[in-house]
Amino acid sequence: MKRRIKNNVYWVGKVDWELQHFHGFEYSTHKGSTYNAYIIDEEKKVLIDTVWSPFAEEFVENLDQEVGLSSIDYIVINHGEVDHSGALPLLMKHIPDTPIYCSANAVKSLRGQYHQDWNFQVVKTGDRVSLGNGKELIFVEMPMLHWPDSMAAYLTQDNILFSNDAFGQHLATDHLFNDQVDQCDLFNEAIKYYANILNPFSPMLKKKLEEIAALNLPIEMIATSHGVIWRDNPRQIVEKYAQWADNYQENQITIIYDTMWNGTKQLAEKIAAGIREADQEVVIKVYHLAKSDEADLITEVFKSKTVVLGSPTIYNSMLHSMAGFIQLLKQLRFKGKKAAAFGCYGWSGEAVKQMTELVEKAGFTIISEGLRSQWNPDEGAEQAAVGFGKNIATS
Amino acid sequence: MDKYECTACGYIYDPELGDPDNGVEPGTSFADLPDDWLCPLCGVGKEDFELVEE
Repeated sequence: MKRRIKNNVYWVGKVDWELQHFHGFEYSTHKGSTYNAYIIDEEKKVLIDTVWSPFAEEFVENLDQEVGLSSIDYIVINHGEVDHSGALPLLMKHIPDTPIYCSANAVKSLRGQYHQDWNFQVVKTGDRVSLGNGKELIFVEMPMLHWPDSMAAYLTQDNILFSNDAFGQHLATDHLFNDQVDQCDLFNEAIKYYANILNPFSPMLKKKLEEIAALNLPIEMIATSHGVIWRDNPRQIVEKYAQWADNYQENQITIIYDTMWNGTKQLAEKIAAGIREADQEVVIKVYHLAKSDEADLITEVFKSKTVVLGSPTIYNSMLHSMAGFIQLLKQLRFKGKKAAAFGCYGWSGEAVKQMTELVEKAGFTIISEGLRSQWNPDEGAEQAAVGFGKNIATS
Repeated sequence: MDKYECTACGYIYDPELGDPDNGVEPGTSFADLPDDWLCPLCGVGKEDFELVEE
């Protein structure tokens, strides 16, 4: 169904209410998502992006009925990932010669995925395409936000920035705009998206935001490729991104542990009690890693000033869940955060030292050499855990 | 001095600019970049860079 977003600009995307996982199973999408595609209907008719491949057939059929495939003059592909380009192979069977405007890197990503040699028109930052009626599209390359091929397109006069993944959220909604949805849902999903997908590229993002500001384009609407369109004060999400890109943290300490027979869990709870004794204000959150959603945990790490990681020792090492989680922390390149490790052990007890080394390599500043407790914590060990917590709160 | 392009993401290393965000002074040739220097855009190593023919 084609829906007007402004003047002659229409949303022609797909709401995916059922999506529960994204990027394979890496990213949980508890609230579904949308794949936003747009039609600009001026003298020239332009399609901006498509939808994920499972919805290709209904997308193309719908586009044909509502817009007419043969009337599309240009296609803009802002990013080659399959959730946005997935309907291209089917679409291009119907209109094979239609020019596709994209970055040089998108030619590589599209060829690499679909093995087709379509009519690619490579554009760079500042290039313009006239759509008639005095309107133009201006392209802005956004390399590594979040693929090498990423770019945005800006529509003059209507002052809409088609930002693709930037400023997006995995939020299925029948409403199109940011002011129409629950604001808690919206910002929870926006920050989760940033933490899990864009955080590694924060240094580039800061520069890109400055570059876009220097272009002095009046931006009245930011039309993303996932979730709602920002029409009510679109600057608010740009300002949020500027904060999030700047080593973001809140007054929060997050304890994340895995446990076998609950000894390490017992320590986790005592550490939390120690933190609270020393600091009445700090937000404390405690999660059992194996029972938790890792993408949600990453959002909590993103908000934290300190993370405290716990695992017992098994086979001279930590539980594999923790090793995987620390690898995730490393990939996401957190900066300016502190960490400490703890755990129970029976006889060898290597996990705490190993966790400490790994999380330091992942870019965290280590608070102490960590807390180890042999067998199940007795009263003395519990007191040590409380003291460890106090030390973390005041470090 | 020669420029080098990252074959993964297209970043151009320009010796005149260096990479000050990552401690590389302007005027540092590509050959003089430390072996563990990474593309500041996409994170691949020096071996994934190619000479830019001008």
